[in-house]
Amino acid sequence: MRNAPTAKRPVKIFSNLSAKIASIPMVFTAVVVFLGGSLWTIAYSFTSSRLLPKWNFVGLDQYERLWNTRRWLISIENLAMFGVFSLVFTLVISFTLAALLDRKIRFENTFRTILLYPFALSFIVTGLTWQWILNPDFGLQGVVRGWGWESFQFDPLNNPDLVMFGLLIAGLWQGTGLIMVILLAGLRGIDEDIWKAARVDGIGTVKTYVRVIIPMMRPVFVTALVLIAAGIIKIYDLVVAQTSGGPGIASEVPAKYVMDYMFGAQNLGQGFAASTMMLVSVVVILIPWAYLEFGGKKRG
Amino acid sequence: MDDLLTSGPRGTKPKRAFSRNNIIVYGTLLIVSVYYLLPLWVMVVTSLKGMPEIRMGNIFAPPLEITFEPWVKAWSQACTGINCDGLSRGFVNSIKILVPSVILSIIVASVNGYALANWKFKGSDAFFTILILGAFVPYQIMIYPIVILLREIGLMGSLGGLVLVHTIFGMPILTLLFRNHFAAIPQELFKAARVDGAGFWDIYFKVLLPMSLPIFVVAMILQVTGIWNDFLFGVIYTKPATYPMTVQLNNIVNSVQGVKEYNVNMAATLLTGLVPLVIYFVSGKLFVRGIAAGAVKG
Repeated sequence: MRNAPTAKRPVKIFSNLSAKIASIPMVFTAVVVFLGGSLWTIAYSFTSSRLLPKWNFVGLDQYERLWNTRRWLISIENLAMFGVFSLVFTLVISFTLAALLDRKIRFENTFRTILLYPFALSFIVTGLTWQWILNPDFGLQGVVRGWGWESFQFDPLNNPDLVMFGLLIAGLWQGTGLIMVILLAGLRGIDEDIWKAARVDGIGTVKTYVRVIIPMMRPVFVTALVLIAAGIIKIYDLVVAQTSGGPGIASEVPAKYVMDYMFGAQNLGQGFAASTMMLVSVVVILIPWAYLEFGGKKRG
Repeated sequence: MDDLLTSGPRGTKPKRAFSRNNIIVYGTLLIVSVYYLLPLWVMVVTSLKGMPEIRMGNIFAPPLEITFEPWVKAWSQACTGINCDGLSRGFVNSIKILVPSVILSIIVASVNGYALANWKFKGSDAFFTILILGAFVPYQIMIYPIVILLREIGLMGSLGGLVLVHTIFGMPILTLLFRNHFAAIPQELFKAARVDGAGFWDIYFKVLLPMSLPIFVVAMILQVTGIWNDFLFGVIYTKPATYPMTVQLNNIVNSVQGVKEYNVNMAATLLTGLVPLVIYFVSGKLFVRGIAAGAVKG
């Protein structure tokens, strides 16, 4: 497990004392803030805390109320829909772009720079920009109508049924570049001989990708999947900037529910319960991944 | 086109500039690139138009008459609530948050990574695992305990508190980055220094630091963009007077009072995006290295 870098440590406690002192911030963050903080929130999700955290145990009351709140159910539904579409589209678009960039093309750096720059921006900037582009009067819809197509309808941000797709457009614009770069790195790690072998066997490019390359890139895809999934569950800023959860509560998401109940509605218990549910959903995703990544092989 | 499709000989392909494959590859990339650049273009042209032109014209059209007034207004007059001193206040706040946060988080994380790579002690890997898991957990679950912690030490609502929060939440990814980097340095170097009697800090400062400057630059890029773009922590742990630029921007654009000035909004949005954009375009490959180092290696 541990491949001791120093062959022999003369006096155990003292030789490592500096390292231990230097690690105090990490230990504090890991144990007190991350672990302790999470446990604290979980514990207080079983209380009826409102403005201030109070230790009056009410069992699963907060959870019962949570799952009977329409806004929470809509948030979950939205997240699920956004999540599925975002996952599929991000992977398909990113991989297609990565594969195109991997075709030994000229101006690869230029293309990559263009495709990745949205990732450098804040979700607030992304959300506000797309809010403006999707503005029904002056944005895309207005422009197409101005061309003479008077009945053209494209107003997702004011349509409860389509608003999540309005967010999806912005989310994909911002996030696909990152996944593309990661997948491209994965593609570059594939042995050149694989391609030669495929060519000798007369297998077409697309088929080689689907049948040979993608299965070989499984670890990279798993990493990409975890990154996308973690990002989806955390989605908050984009919604706040682009739609503020509207129209009505049609684009609410769990992270926003937590924030609004904790700091707006002064209903801490609800916020804690909702954030615990968010944690549960991440754990459900993380455990299989951790098992796949670290379960089989020993780490150096 | 059709000719190329049907009459191209099968078998080994002759190298041609305008082969069918090339047209598909470059054509797709070009169209996609235009699509990705469009929002930036819209931001720029909108911010340079006057309001009458925006109401009359096309969102994608270049300005007929260029005006910098929206930029001036966004920077120094745009209103959030009762304050009408523009985004400049948020910009100054963001700088005040950014500089100490970047420095502190990198110092802490690099020493952590160094200890984890070269000075393992009992339980160090366990702490590291918890730290990494913390990066995947939704921040919402730790937000309130941190509010209490900051309140206890009297830093709630202050810039100092936010600096601490950024140091904490930057730690997982940066520690991973530095740990991987230091672990890749040949152990012989480390052992030689030990034989010469160098201790923990000697080796860090005199041996490893001088040869690790690129990784520090990568970490810096990662942190500057991350902290500048943060909204969640800014909105929770500061108060209106100390709001970072992203929070102020959102308040300006999404305020319900007054007539919507789209040109000012876009100028403000662009101003907020400018810092990470400049860093991105200047740093180029290092930026990519930063995100790849964080994401791919485990």
